[in-house]
Amino acid sequence: MAQQTAEWTGFNITEQELRRMRWQTRRENLGRSWYKFSRNPLSVVGGATVLIIILAAIFAPYITPYPDHATRPFTDFANASQPPSLEHWFGTDEIGRDIFSRTVFGFRFSLTMGVVVLSMVVPVGVILGLIAGYFQGSRIDTIIMRITDIFLAVPPLILALAIASVLEPNLFNSMVAVSLMWWPWYTRLVYGQATALRNEFFVSSAEVTGASTAHILFREILPNTLSPIFTKISLDMGWVIIIGASLSFVGLGVQPPKPGLGTMVASGAKYLPDQWWISLFPALAIVVLVLGFNLLGDGLRDLFAAEEI
Amino acid sequence: MSNDILTVENLKKHFVIGYTGLIHREPITVKAVDGVSFSIREGETFGLVGESGSGKSTVAYITVGMYRPTSGTIYLRGEDLFAQGDERPLRFKKEIQIVYQDPGSSLNPRRTIKDILDLPLRIHQPHKNRTLEILRLLNEVELPPDYMHKYPRQLSGGEKQIIAIARALASDPSLIVLDEPTSALDVSVQGKVINLLIRLQQELNLSYLFITHDLSLMRNVATRVAIMYLGKICEVADAAEFFQNPQHPYTQMLLSSIPVLSEEEEKLKPSKIHSIGEIPSPVNVPPGCSFHQRCPYVMDVCKVVDPVMVETGPGHTVRCHLFEQPPAPAAVPETSSTVEAAT
Repeated sequence: MAQQTAEWTGFNITEQELRRMRWQTRRENLGRSWYKFSRNPLSVVGGATVLIIILAAIFAPYITPYPDHATRPFTDFANASQPPSLEHWFGTDEIGRDIFSRTVFGFRFSLTMGVVVLSMVVPVGVILGLIAGYFQGSRIDTIIMRITDIFLAVPPLILALAIASVLEPNLFNSMVAVSLMWWPWYTRLVYGQATALRNEFFVSSAEVTGASTAHILFREILPNTLSPIFTKISLDMGWVIIIGASLSFVGLGVQPPKPGLGTMVASGAKYLPDQWWISLFPALAIVVLVLGFNLLGDGLRDLFAAEEI
Repeated sequence: MSNDILTVENLKKHFVIGYTGLIHREPITVKAVDGVSFSIREGETFGLVGESGSGKSTVAYITVGMYRPTSGTIYLRGEDLFAQGDERPLRFKKEIQIVYQDPGSSLNPRRTIKDILDLPLRIHQPHKNRTLEILRLLNEVELPPDYMHKYPRQLSGGEKQIIAIARALASDPSLIVLDEPTSALDVSVQGKVINLLIRLQQELNLSYLFITHDLSLMRNVATRVAIMYLGKICEVADAAEFFQNPQHPYTQMLLSSIPVLSEEEEKLKPSKIHSIGEIPSPVNVPPGCSFHQRCPYVMDVCKVVDPVMVETGPGHTVRCHLFEQPPAPAAVPETSSTVEAAT
């Protein structure tokens, strides 16, 4: 395009000016979104918690005092079962490992579990929901939604337990197990949205202009379902982390000596209540992480709800 | 009829809304459109008027291809729009565009104005520079260029409708279906939108199928007017003739119920006919002439036989037993209370 926008458009503006306009509108939109999000202090706290935990998990080897205690087999019976002190903030466990270091590394497993499960589950669930919802009443709708119903009828933790106990118990298999159970929730969510949106006139308008089905599904309908999807993702991070920790707790998730948060709670459980710190701090870590995601989810919901107006 | 752009022939659309009985299942149908024929000339504004539920929007939706008709067909410059089955060819989609009633629902709230205008350009004008083309469209409808990156919610109702008009223009169509384009807008904005539509029509030689229930608006914009009642057209006439010499009792009823301000205006209207009853449900259309239950001139034949279209003057057709065999029988009101002797 020429530097000067062609005169026949009726406007005489340069390309830079157009770009500046785009950035200005984007900045305004972003500023308004942040204002709405930040009006609820709890959601900011949730967002900050999640951000700090993610950063801590990424930079765990550099910020923890004893990274060796989490990354490789390690025993130090001289320092076993020490209560919290300046040297060991969260104390040490029954074989002398620093619980603070192991908890920070434990976030890695929990977050990996959440991110991997949701990045497998969300695209599958969303695409199936879009297709079934847009072709509501057709055979493909019936097939997708009945399969969804079947999966929804099985309690996720129980099936995850069953799958994880049949396969070799490790983090990967527990992620596969949870993923298998989780996608129908997204299909349901998006299905409900898509069946309502397919009757909107902007969808008809795209249809009668000749837009492809892919365009209608992903450019017209999908953007309007993003707000509940993102809210659900944030809330589900909490759920998946809890299920992952539960699987680890019963020995079907992260295997010792790797520092899964659930694994750590389980290994400390037999020393309760005398050596309470072994279980308590990893358990608190789970609570803080899940709470952070839930508060963030509430904040996102408020943000998107306000955007509708 | 070489200068007709759109010819609608005996168009019918029956929606199945349920079934009666358990064993002998008979479909319950709504005859939304039941044998509509008309034609639109190049460059004219054809007004289609009717109450809610008369089927006028259904005609619009069939014209743009949202529905397939149950029977009958539509020709665009002599070519059958439905000849190729379910998927209407792209070149027809390019020629016929639509502006919906509610701009709040017809613009995707999650897409910018640029995205919205880009879609028809990408499909129908792929070889053009689309950014420039979007700017040209915005200029055409008198909106500033920085609207490109705005979302519909940042625009007023009138501006949204203007964007919907720009989107309809994007594919460079020859016919635009306007489905009550101003009824969701404030009165102050309606005038602006109407003026824009009239200017665009003159500049781009567009034809409009203008659907509305607002008769006073029709008087200002339409070149010809057709009036619909329960899925059928009652009367078609040139706009001037339609308002000066309405012949169908239903047309007279509607025209006489337009509110006016002064005595002089009152004199221009046909004699006052009280509007009785409401439009019946299209599920249960009365036998004979569908209007006979509300008609002040109802005759015995009306309750049994459905009238056919007769030409009462040049370009003026009426579907009423009163005009079927000349000389028309004297209009004898059945009940004197329904007609006020104003003359």
